[in-house]
Amino acid sequence: MGRYLIRRTLFLILVLFIISALTFVIFLKLPAGDPARRAAGRRATESTIRQVRINLGLDKPWYVQYGRFAKGLIPWPGFFLNEQVYFSYFNNVPVKEQLYSRIPYTAVLALGGAATWLLLGIPIGIVSAIRRRSFVDRAGMVFALFGVSAPVFWLGFLFLFFFWFKFNQWFGWGFPPSGIPTEESLGTAVLKGRFLLPWLVLSFTFAAFYARMVRGNLIETMGEDYIRTARAKGLSERRVIFKHGLRAALTPVVTMFGMDMGYLLGGAIITETVFRIHGLGDYAIRSLFTNDFPAVMGVTIFASFFIVVANLLVDVAYAFLDPRVRYQ
Amino acid sequence: MAEPLLEVRDLKVHFPTEDGLVKAVDGVSLSLGQGETLGVVGESGSGKSVTFLSVMGLITKKQARIEGEIIFKGQNLLDLPPEEMRNIRGSGMSMVFQDPMTSLHPYYRVGDQVVEAIRAHQPIPKKEAFAQAVSMLKRVGIPRPEERARQFPHEFSGGMRQRAMIAMALSLNPDLLIADEPTTALDVTVQAQILDLIDRLREEFNASVVIITHDLGVVAEHCDNIMVMYAGRVAEFGDRGDIYHGAHHPYTWGLLQSITRVDQPKTERLRPIKGLPPSLIFVPPGCPFHPRCPYRFAPCDVEIPPLLSPDGKHASACHLPLEDKERIFQEEVEIRA
Amino acid sequence: MTAPDTTASPAPPGHRGQTPLIQLVGVKKYFPITRGILIQRKIGQVHAVDGVDLEVYPGETVGLVGETGCGKSTLARCITRLFDITEGQVFFDGQDITKHNRRHMRPLRREMQMIFQDPYASLNPRKTVGTIIGDPFRVHGTVPRNRIKPEVQQLMELVGLNPEHYNRYPHEFSGGQRQRIGVARSLALRPRLIVCDEPVSALDVSIQAQILNLLEDLQEEFNLTYVFIAHDLSVVKHMSDRVAVMYLGRIVEIAPGDTLYENPKHPYTGALLSAVPIPDPVLAAQKRRIVLEGDVPSPIDPPSGCRFHPRCPNAQFPKCKEDDPRLTPHHPGQVAACHFPLEDRAVIEELAK
Repeated sequence: MGRYLIRRTLFLILVLFIISALTFVIFLKLPAGDPARRAAGRRATESTIRQVRINLGLDKPWYVQYGRFAKGLIPWPGFFLNEQVYFSYFNNVPVKEQLYSRIPYTAVLALGGAATWLLLGIPIGIVSAIRRRSFVDRAGMVFALFGVSAPVFWLGFLFLFFFWFKFNQWFGWGFPPSGIPTEESLGTAVLKGRFLLPWLVLSFTFAAFYARMVRGNLIETMGEDYIRTARAKGLSERRVIFKHGLRAALTPVVTMFGMDMGYLLGGAIITETVFRIHGLGDYAIRSLFTNDFPAVMGVTIFASFFIVVANLLVDVAYAFLDPRVRYQ
Repeated sequence: MAEPLLEVRDLKVHFPTEDGLVKAVDGVSLSLGQGETLGVVGESGSGKSVTFLSVMGLITKKQARIEGEIIFKGQNLLDLPPEEMRNIRGSGMSMVFQDPMTSLHPYYRVGDQVVEAIRAHQPIPKKEAFAQAVSMLKRVGIPRPEERARQFPHEFSGGMRQRAMIAMALSLNPDLLIADEPTTALDVTVQAQILDLIDRLREEFNASVVIITHDLGVVAEHCDNIMVMYAGRVAEFGDRGDIYHGAHHPYTWGLLQSITRVDQPKTERLRPIKGLPPSLIFVPPGCPFHPRCPYRFAPCDVEIPPLLSPDGKHASACHLPLEDKERIFQEEVEIRA
Repeated sequence: MTAPDTTASPAPPGHRGQTPLIQLVGVKKYFPITRGILIQRKIGQVHAVDGVDLEVYPGETVGLVGETGCGKSTLARCITRLFDITEGQVFFDGQDITKHNRRHMRPLRREMQMIFQDPYASLNPRKTVGTIIGDPFRVHGTVPRNRIKPEVQQLMELVGLNPEHYNRYPHEFSGGQRQRIGVARSLALRPRLIVCDEPVSALDVSIQAQILNLLEDLQEEFNLTYVFIAHDLSVVKHMSDRVAVMYLGRIVEIAPGDTLYENPKHPYTGALLSAVPIPDPVLAAQKRRIVLEGDVPSPIDPPSGCRFHPRCPNAQFPKCKEDDPRLTPHHPGQVAACHFPLEDRAVIEELAK
């Protein structure tokens, strides 16, 4: 196991390098205006701009520039996204600060969404698998098809339209629209229900996907020989389904979940934009639009870090869940 | 005469499918006494597995149309509510399946799976059940059973897995053990070990055993009575001597003539049965074997031959008169000594 | 390089003086087991085939029998050079083909073919039967395009298939019919040698007999040589002139079928024979049982000395643990590798006359 972890950690660093290099190359080639000019501000003079350029190290050759960024890849305090390099062109604040302040919003969105989609998707999947071709199964799969096909932004606006706007019109009250006012703390925002609509929208797509997955896996598992053995032992059908069938069927779902969480922690861009939540996804979009290169690098690396770590945790979890994998 | 342990009367199991009604079992009757072994022989599609899956209640009226009676220790199992059937399944009668690789749950330890079987029928504490499980594993010949009980199925070899399955099946001292192709997936030396084990345990537990197989050699060596099935019906029923030294059904003759034998020289050519096994949806009219039978005559494609026994023991479902059956066996089938 | 003059076992009667069609000398095939972080290190090997000498003469059928892990399937693939062998030599008709690369092997592929076990997996489900059987013609260019279909249909008739089913797909055929397709495909180029790897194990008993008879008929008609592999000793014995018994990568005994049955010399052969169920209660009762303990050991770390010693009921120490026995002659045509071979009639009392 130790050997395995070392190998995966090395891969982690390798992946971060590749991603950062690619991002760097993309930015190098992008004809998007002179970052020094933008950083210097509107009414900067030529000499100021030149000075800013030197300060930001933009006059150095490309490999030196990359080298400075590369130092910020090492996931160790003091190195990771260090302030000297990862300094926003736009805001003049360290990227790290911005990221850390936004993570809680993304985390609340991701975790709440995850809880919702698991509570929604898994039971639908189980019932659909057990009662195949019943009404519940068909309705569940229609829901799944809808959820998987509906674009998130469309769904988001649809929800806002109905549950906020129309509800206000009809009932005098609607779900809060969730653009979080600056004076409100995160805790208050959650309690006021500002996250309900974003959670629902986010979970819709995932719930649909998970329902289908659980259904498919469970149907397959229930056809295995060991289920027949379990029934032959005289076990109750409930025990057969949950202890024998579901246990095996959920293992791939757990790994899927891990990866989805890793992905979401990097920022659910569309959901955050539609509902005006100041999380990592929102930050990523803004940095791109303002050509804020260090910010983009920073958020990309940050998000990649989560995904790679999530993958690693998922593999470790799998070894716990499936004893056959342990003995490599 | 003592009451039989298991009696099946005219069992029919039909599966409705998109292509039509699959008559997997179409009128099977048999009788099994306490402590007896029955070998059920047939090829794929003969209905041998479906018959006993229905006896165990693993095929239910929800999946198929079931008619007839399955009488176990005086009770008709088909009349029982699912709860009561569940009580019998695993404790009064149990089943062992073909592929031990896939028949045990890969995620749970072997000992725990045996414990589960025990505790499903006996409300005893886990520790006690585990001790019972370990002693069962020992009885089936698994070395170092305390250690092995804590291992996972993939750490066992094929033969050991099958032993574990047998341990699980016998842990509640059932009266009937059904073994569905228990050795087909195993090497021949392991097969011999497992069959010997079943023989030994049958005596120790005083259980009746049904061995379902396609291997005529296995039933010759381990079964008192033999039932030959074809296309969902019983073709012939008799004891060892009846079947191997005086069979009365053309299908049995066909099987005996088409199998390879170690004790036969190479020059002895095999005489295969012509044609292919029939579809279970469009079963041939009359005797289902008639399209492949070299001895068919007038009634064979019209009337279904009943399973009749001239001496009350050895029965066959064939229109041929008894003298013809005996003559044909002696002249054509009997292995020249 | 030419084949060595001395052979592992004496040539069977009727083949004295002939060059063997296949000769294996000291063939070993090992599969590496690797482990490592970034770079894979070899930490062990699977000794799938661990020193086999064998000759197969033209026109005969040599059977290979053994249990899981004995290496018979691997050996089959070494004979037809589907694998590169780790050590040793393979001769085809006197020619050393051990190191032949793909290009050199190509013309030889017309002379040696294989039939596989699983009739469901060994046929490409996306190709029609006609295409499957006709492919060898296309690959080797032996038949002009316009003659392919009639040739294929002729082959189909030969193996008992309806030539009108030329355009059907494998899934439209039964298991036995699919196996016939495999046979037809292997016959297309009129090979001299066909290696049959468990050709009937997946089939029902009544279909097995049909396919076995077909194989026998074809052997006579086309003067084929067979290497016949199966785990079912009764099937192997029925098809073969001589039978080689394999255990953990080695051949432990070779003998003509009847000799093997009446007088097995190696205890493993005896155990195999006594384990095969005989479909005759009277004869079965007369069998003497040689029961083995335990399971087949892993070919990764074979036991020292005689590989069979941990399970052998006859083993005597220290000899069997230290000394690896060589194949020595017994009855005519029979060799066995054992220090304390079985007595005559060890398993069967009465002969089947």
